[in-house]
Amino acid sequence: MIALRALLGKDLRILRRSPALVALLIVYPVAIAVLIGLALSSSPARPRVAFLNEIPPSQAIVQLGSEQIDTTRYEHELFQAIQPVPVGSVAQAVADVRDGSTIAALIIPPQLPEELASAAQTAYVQVIYNGNAINQSLVQTAIESKLAQANALLAAQLSHVADSYIDLLLSGGALHFLGNTYDVLGLVRARTALAAIEASLPPSSPLRRRIARVENFAQIAVTHFSGSKRVIGAVAAPIAVRQRVVSGRRTPLNDYAVAVAVAVSLMFVCILLASGMLALEREENTLGRLRRGLVSAGLLLSEKTILAAVLGVAVSFAMLCGIGLFVPLGWSRAALWLLAMGGGGLAFAALGVAIGALVHEVRAASLLALLVSLPLVFLALVPSASVSAGLYDAIRVISAIFPFKAALEALDAAINQSQPSLAIALAHLAALIAGFAALSRIALRP
Amino acid sequence: MTSLEAIGLSKRFGERVAVRDVSFSLGRGEVLAIIGPNGAGKTTLLSMLAGGLEPTAGELRLPTLGGVGWVPQQTAVYTKLSVAENLRLFARLERIADADAAVERMLEQTGLRARAADEVGRLSGGNRQRVNIAIGLISEPAVLLLDEPSAALDPRQRARLWDFINDRVSAGTSVAFATHDIAEAERYAGQILVLADGELLFAGSPAGLGAAEHESDLERAFVAFLTERGH
Repeated sequence: MIALRALLGKDLRILRRSPALVALLIVYPVAIAVLIGLALSSSPARPRVAFLNEIPPSQAIVQLGSEQIDTTRYEHELFQAIQPVPVGSVAQAVADVRDGSTIAALIIPPQLPEELASAAQTAYVQVIYNGNAINQSLVQTAIESKLAQANALLAAQLSHVADSYIDLLLSGGALHFLGNTYDVLGLVRARTALAAIEASLPPSSPLRRRIARVENFAQIAVTHFSGSKRVIGAVAAPIAVRQRVVSGRRTPLNDYAVAVAVAVSLMFVCILLASGMLALEREENTLGRLRRGLVSAGLLLSEKTILAAVLGVAVSFAMLCGIGLFVPLGWSRAALWLLAMGGGGLAFAALGVAIGALVHEVRAASLLALLVSLPLVFLALVPSASVSAGLYDAIRVISAIFPFKAALEALDAAINQSQPSLAIALAHLAALIAGFAALSRIALRP
Repeated sequence: MTSLEAIGLSKRFGERVAVRDVSFSLGRGEVLAIIGPNGAGKTTLLSMLAGGLEPTAGELRLPTLGGVGWVPQQTAVYTKLSVAENLRLFARLERIADADAAVERMLEQTGLRARAADEVGRLSGGNRQRVNIAIGLISEPAVLLLDEPSAALDPRQRARLWDFINDRVSAGTSVAFATHDIAEAERYAGQILVLADGELLFAGSPAGLGAAEHESDLERAFVAFLTERGH
């Protein structure tokens, strides 16, 4: 215990005398907390898109049967997803995209109302992209999602128009076309009229059989046209989504982002500190002196692991508290957060100590720590559906033998009550701590 | 009175034999120099005597009182800690009852009192080596082991270092040191061990080695001795 206290005091004193490191340990959680907090609490920025509407104002309203469609309404919908930059011509729109002042251009051609009114052909808008793949994808997604919404609204209106035509065919009424008004009889009234004519004919009249056939047709038409209205309604929105999560509690993306941010911070602080502190013992040539019966390998490794984990947890907890200023967090679960951070911190520190035991210089240890830890983050975040089954199995194995995935699961369970449970994740971390401790002891053998 | 005795000490690293069947003894207040070409096994032998390496075979009899102090070849101190902090840390790790008194004693003996609060990283090479030795001596060991203690020092610093070590020897501390400097071995050691390829080739006084080669200059005698034995 005396030796452990002496070593802890020594390492804390050395850390305190490394001003850059101390500044980093204070500034890092504050900066990350503010950045993540702002990112999660503020609405996303809308991409700048050059916008040209070539539809003359007088033609902005399209007449479809008895319905009027105001195209400017869809314009406003679209402007919620993009920041429009009005331009005067197609050439100017292209120039803006080319010189990068906008990352895309959206052009509404003058014939759009005509194409919509015809209801017989698809109406087109033109989108011109520039910029990198991420920007293009962002604008493409924004515009396509808004166009999908507009299409859905239009489909509903077209369905309405089709309904009114079917009603006219069924029940009859006034039809306004090219400035004239026509009285349409309708199938129901036609059938009634035919029945009356049939009744007025002598029983032996040869016309009765022919009228009966027409009357029968009218009856069938009435029945099936009524059904076709439901079919048209379904075509307007053929598939709707009903969501259900089958395993565990669903973690909202924002809350998951908080867990990822905490896990990444914990990982970097613990791995870098633990690997650096042990490598420093070799760099200062003190390892041989300590191992000459003054301090056992187990005590030395435990001291580095505990110190790095405690500092990592302190930094990450401070960061989480900072994020809590921007994003609502369940503070009643703070004890579980600390438990998860403790497990994760010890596992990361154990990995860091193993790295420190393998190399002889602090710089080499830091470099190796970064090289090991960064890919682990990316691997742990690969969605299962995005790669082949075999590759995903390989990724799962790699993620399982390093602590990031397990630490992230523990933090997600502690913060968001997600699955797998905190106990399972902590058991996984405990196994990893034991494994890395054994590896470190082997590496420290003279 | 014997302070330290090695009987048939050997050390293997895999297939390689670093030290083979080395035996010697060191009396109280004696100074022993271990000399030999590079790779002879000098540091390995000292590390086994210091307890940093486990011998593969052989027996080591250490002093029952006082223990062994170890001064590695490269300064093994924390450069971000002050002189006094380094001494206090190792005093506590050595489980010395009154660590502060031990620190005061070593500051006095090494003449580093004026630099006690300075970070070791800001000291000269000579002063760092004094801190290095002071840490080895802080537990007042019966035997002090030094691995090339004066390798990085200028002649003036070297003379001051040996004055300090000789004071300890006069107080009864036994000293064993490895060196490439044959003149240093001749000047300060009463007994020398010549190692080559892990084998002990000679154990005796410096004068004895010169006499064996009929050579008054010890360095020439040492080279001739090794050459005759194919090293």
